[in-house]
Amino acid sequence: MNLQRIRMAPPRYWLVGVVVLFLIGFPTVISSFLASEWAQALILAIAIMGLNILVGYSGQLSLGHGAFMALGAYISAILAHHYKVDYLLTIPIAGLATGLVGFLFGIPALRLSPLYLALATFALAVVTPSLIKRPAGLTGGVQGIGVVQPDPPGAVSNIFSTITGTAMTSDQWIYYVSLFCALVLFWVAWNIVRHRPGRAMRAIRDGEVAAAASGVNVRGFKTLAFGLSAFYGGVAGSLYGLSTGFVSPDTFPVSLSIQLLVGAVVGGLASIPGPLAGAIFAYFLPIESSQWVPNQSWIPAQIAATVKNAGPAVSYGVILIVIMIFAPNGLVGLARSGYSLLNRRLRGATDRETGQMPPDPQTV
Amino acid sequence: MGRKVPSLVAVATFLLVACGGGTGTPTTQTDVGITADSISLGNTIAQSGAAAAYGTIGNAELAYFNYINGQGGVNGRKINFKILDDAYNPAQTVPLTKQLVEQDQVFAMFSGLGTQAQTSVRDYLNSKKVPQLFVATGATTFNKDHDTNQWTLGWQPPYQGEARIYAADVLKNHAGAKIGVLYQNDDYGLDYLKGLTDGLGSNASMIVDKESYDVTAANTAAQLTKLQASHADTLFIFATPGFTIKSLVTVTLLHWAPTIYLNSVSNPQVYMGLAKKAGAALTNVTSVGYIKDPTDPQWANDSGMQQYKTIIAGCSTCKPEDGFNIYGVAVAYTMVDVLKQAGTNMTRKNVTDIAANKLNETNPFLLPGIKVKTTSSDHFPIMQEQVITWNGTGWTLQGSLIDERGTIK
Repeated sequence: MNLQRIRMAPPRYWLVGVVVLFLIGFPTVISSFLASEWAQALILAIAIMGLNILVGYSGQLSLGHGAFMALGAYISAILAHHYKVDYLLTIPIAGLATGLVGFLFGIPALRLSPLYLALATFALAVVTPSLIKRPAGLTGGVQGIGVVQPDPPGAVSNIFSTITGTAMTSDQWIYYVSLFCALVLFWVAWNIVRHRPGRAMRAIRDGEVAAAASGVNVRGFKTLAFGLSAFYGGVAGSLYGLSTGFVSPDTFPVSLSIQLLVGAVVGGLASIPGPLAGAIFAYFLPIESSQWVPNQSWIPAQIAATVKNAGPAVSYGVILIVIMIFAPNGLVGLARSGYSLLNRRLRGATDRETGQMPPDPQTV
Repeated sequence: MGRKVPSLVAVATFLLVACGGGTGTPTTQTDVGITADSISLGNTIAQSGAAAAYGTIGNAELAYFNYINGQGGVNGRKINFKILDDAYNPAQTVPLTKQLVEQDQVFAMFSGLGTQAQTSVRDYLNSKKVPQLFVATGATTFNKDHDTNQWTLGWQPPYQGEARIYAADVLKNHAGAKIGVLYQNDDYGLDYLKGLTDGLGSNASMIVDKESYDVTAANTAAQLTKLQASHADTLFIFATPGFTIKSLVTVTLLHWAPTIYLNSVSNPQVYMGLAKKAGAALTNVTSVGYIKDPTDPQWANDSGMQQYKTIIAGCSTCKPEDGFNIYGVAVAYTMVDVLKQAGTNMTRKNVTDIAANKLNETNPFLLPGIKVKTTSSDHFPIMQEQVITWNGTGWTLQGSLIDERGTIK
């Protein structure tokens, strides 16, 4: 029975297995520094998954998810710094507290039409850095709060060092903590969107009136989506603080919220693998574009200097436009349509579907 | 068998020691990031985003290192200087600094810019024992707390020291002044305010009003109106360049003509020109300086200034008249000086030790008479500044250097 199920599993299940195994094994072959970069990409993936539930599945736009990340990061940092709580324990606390705040924010927010909701969340992102500075005794003001990066526990460290031959660094340990959180949260999201809440959210997105007429609790599910999405943001923020080892108001600028939205759109809205692809894109593109461009000798110095001074925003913008033109459903949409095209080619379906009748000699 | 092992180890150890002693030259010591012909240094700075104007400092430093490399480098080693753009966001400073330390294996971080950004990596660099030298921020903590962060050191005069000079100048030249203070509501503004209050000492009641603004504010008009209403006749502006320009214009629009003290961060001639263009009267404006101003005609035939012009010509994107560029060249001069002094003992420990405890140089790009100096009990390299007044087209040096060494505890 079980063997049968494994054999019959659709190819995308196999792909999930390969990706998970890859992410688990990756830090054993790359440097500790690269592992810290990938940890940040995974953390962004969690935040983007939260945004994806809100924007992709329930159709509400948020330009302020960086604020939820900031809240999560500060809850964890304050608990760990002032109250000496073990940082790993603060991650779920930060997630739940942020989720509650998001839920409460969702109650007035869902009265707003989409455009005004976007503005309200944008305002949230703008005021967050200033708000953080106010209770300086609690948040450390502009100085921020330093987060002590934990050493890996002995058992994990031993397994790691028998495989790689080198001791595990805290960056690598944080990578695995982030990976664990990402796997759990992606699995939760996958379960939610396949079942009743997911169907209800999609119904609301596609037609609010129709959904209400079919008996869907529109207000309830919209607020739920907001709270759930903030929960993801809070967990991601908490991990973000852990991986950078420092939280300060400037760690959460408005551009972070935009970066999250770009990641969600580029990866592919309303899909489960989309946020992962989008996060890898949104995290590595700015870094690579600001370091790669100036090192290319074939690019004229003047242009390279301009691109460098204008920042990664230029290459970010160009690639974003290209993706929107050629892959309006994001990277995942592109992969899906490519796969189905390939599938039909392989099965010879294209000939049958071209709609052309074979030439009929009798009509001559 | 079991008894033989220790003796084998002993023999092996002896051989190792013997060989090591025979082949190595005991007088030469090196560290990560040092090879026979190179020294690699790393830097993070804002070259894009809101604070991109600072980015040219990194390019000017690179121009100086290239100039030194062209003359044969430091004790035969060429300096590789890698600049990464953190866009003034501490969340980017952390991974970029890790990249420079762990992947590029730099010997030291040099002249990283921004108070929050450098605070965000201070613990990391100190735990890795990587020198974080001559950070480009005047926050007093980077010098004052050197004892608890032994691998970190600032360079420029601390904000508190600067504010003490203003206090000394007010007490000397405007003893009956009624002072109004406009300051930015963060550690930067508060650092200045503390220096001013400490410097005035028992005369701190001269401050009749102080108003703060947030960096996210649109302008400072409301605060300036209040300060005017408090009948202050002397205005201190402890702000970043953008707010300083707006404030200077607003003061003129309010038909207010107080004596104005500007902090050094906002006094480069570029900004004064912008304020003038926008309608600021700029009468009775005082500030302080410690670097030779490239636009000041009195340095036209100065050998340090001519050397600066030669060096900065090597950077195609740098404007020679920009005060930030001569800052970059001056701080790079100190770095090279430290590396030269380290000589054959090129370890991170020795280089940091020289920078923090044994510095004693005259820098050709700083005002004559300034000593860049540190001792085992004093880790503030530059503590002398000179009062300058605005003459309509440029800054005029007033009086002589004021030394605040030893005042900040």
